[in-house]
Amino acid sequence: MNLDPLTVDSARTSVLEKQTTATSLVEGFYRKIEAEDGAIGAYLTLCREHAYQQAAYIDALADKGDALPPLAGVPIAIKDVFTTKGVRTTAGSKILANFLAPYDATAVQRLEAAGAVILGKTNCDEFAMGSSNENSGFHPVHNPHDHSRVPGGSSGGSAAAVAAGTAVASIGSDTGGSIRQPAAFCGVVGLKPTYGRVSRYGLIAFASSLDHVGPFGKTVKDVTLLLQCMAGRDPQDSTSADVPVPNYLDHIGVPVTGLRIGVPKEYFGEGLDADVRAAVDSAIQELAKAGCEIVPISLPHTAYAIPTYYVVATAEASSNLARYDGVRYGVRAKDGKTLSEMYRRTRDAGLGAEVKRRIMLGTYVLSAGYYDAYYLKAQRVRSLLARDFDNAFAAVDAIVTPTTPTAAFKLGEKVDDPLAMYLADIYTVTANLAGVPGISVPCGRSKEGLPIGVQILGKHFDEPTVLRVAHVVEHAMAAQVNPLAALPKVGT
Amino acid sequence: MVTEKDVSYVADLAYLELTEDERARMLKDLNSILGYIDRLNELDTSAVEPMAQVASLYGAGEDAGGAMRPDELSPCLPHALAVRNAPATDGVFFKVPKVIER
Repeated sequence: MNLDPLTVDSARTSVLEKQTTATSLVEGFYRKIEAEDGAIGAYLTLCREHAYQQAAYIDALADKGDALPPLAGVPIAIKDVFTTKGVRTTAGSKILANFLAPYDATAVQRLEAAGAVILGKTNCDEFAMGSSNENSGFHPVHNPHDHSRVPGGSSGGSAAAVAAGTAVASIGSDTGGSIRQPAAFCGVVGLKPTYGRVSRYGLIAFASSLDHVGPFGKTVKDVTLLLQCMAGRDPQDSTSADVPVPNYLDHIGVPVTGLRIGVPKEYFGEGLDADVRAAVDSAIQELAKAGCEIVPISLPHTAYAIPTYYVVATAEASSNLARYDGVRYGVRAKDGKTLSEMYRRTRDAGLGAEVKRRIMLGTYVLSAGYYDAYYLKAQRVRSLLARDFDNAFAAVDAIVTPTTPTAAFKLGEKVDDPLAMYLADIYTVTANLAGVPGISVPCGRSKEGLPIGVQILGKHFDEPTVLRVAHVVEHAMAAQVNPLAALPKVGT
Repeated sequence: MVTEKDVSYVADLAYLELTEDERARMLKDLNSILGYIDRLNELDTSAVEPMAQVASLYGAGEDAGGAMRPDELSPCLPHALAVRNAPATDGVFFKVPKVIER
């Protein structure tokens, strides 16, 4: 069986209709990972025993002729920032190199309950801090479209696994663009839902008010199916929202005629690569052809999003990462003679350069004398950024922008310039600060043949409109994205 | 402007030791990033409320009372599992080097 064209739907159907078994799918994917992942580096840990157990359970259901759950037998990958019971969970950090999580993250538990088969844990920037996956404490990830380039970050392994076909779908976390940016770089679909839509329980915390959980897939329909299984209130996460979960699939394939699509001028200014601009412009033209009304809008505080983000995110991170002290879990430095010396040496040895940089920045902006000037100031600007969206969404149903200013850059290109690296997230961080949902959908290729993504943002909890617009873009742009492959269309 | 003294002070607060090289690099990076962050001062925010989180907008999170649950005992992590990942334990407690005030 050729595994490359498999989608969530077709993988499940192939098990349901006995064209294959969940077990042979898992075998096929592990063979493919063994053969091909060495050159990509998307996986940190494979959980074979666990995967074969789940596959056997699904096969037993299929043999009995029982109804199969919605993700039955679908082989997926989990970013290594989610806890997985009894399976090594590192967050991409040496400090957790030997950590066996004692419980499953809610997102993981719900996907497994829906029948998905977890193949393994994917590589990422350490504690999800980075935009290129080069901050992994273990090894970098190579972009499957060009091995000399980064896959994006921080969920680089999850995006690369889907792009390379070593998983049918995957999940990641997005604190400032960490799902959408790698999705754009790797030519796959990545969704960051509304803040509170998917529980963060078991997601290793980076910046709690900005961390979001979401899916990657080859198609809009695939991410929709994963979202459906993960969304909804979880008593274990006090910020998870008690908002009803609609049937998302009902909304994709619905015509977009009459929808008002906002195009913010601030996202098309200096620094936007010409190829990206052209691809996004043509996606916007396709939406107009499909009957959308294209509305020029302004999100006037956009230029302040990155500085706001790097104050808020690092402040929260400095607090969240205080727990890595070598006492309850993780790797402890051996030569600390006193408790505080042990703490310092453990953190010095176990944490990487970018994580230390962010802890230092976050500690600085929260320290006496700077709290008001930096932290409180950034929180006030965060209000302005959120208000920009409120004002815009009074006049439009969705907003369309580039996901990233350029296509995937070269490995090593930005490692010595943290500020240049931070600017890779310039179009994505604002959605995290405001908590609005966003998706990246492939919309073309650069002259070098690298994937380009278009971002669609929506109102809080309006994933239905975001997915509906994304589905139209996906199908209108399929020929530009991949001239050889036609996607199966949903609903029509 | 961040100074070498600030770097030492903040490293101390964050329980990081940092080598000489790391400190020099940190000084340069913090100044570069904070210089960029300073552009926030272009905005007059005197009449704007700070925003700590978005959860309160829709009734979740502590600000909106969403964090409250009935005060009832519910299952928690078993002791044996809680100490299983510890670098040093006697099976009951976490073991650490002796505590001496710095």
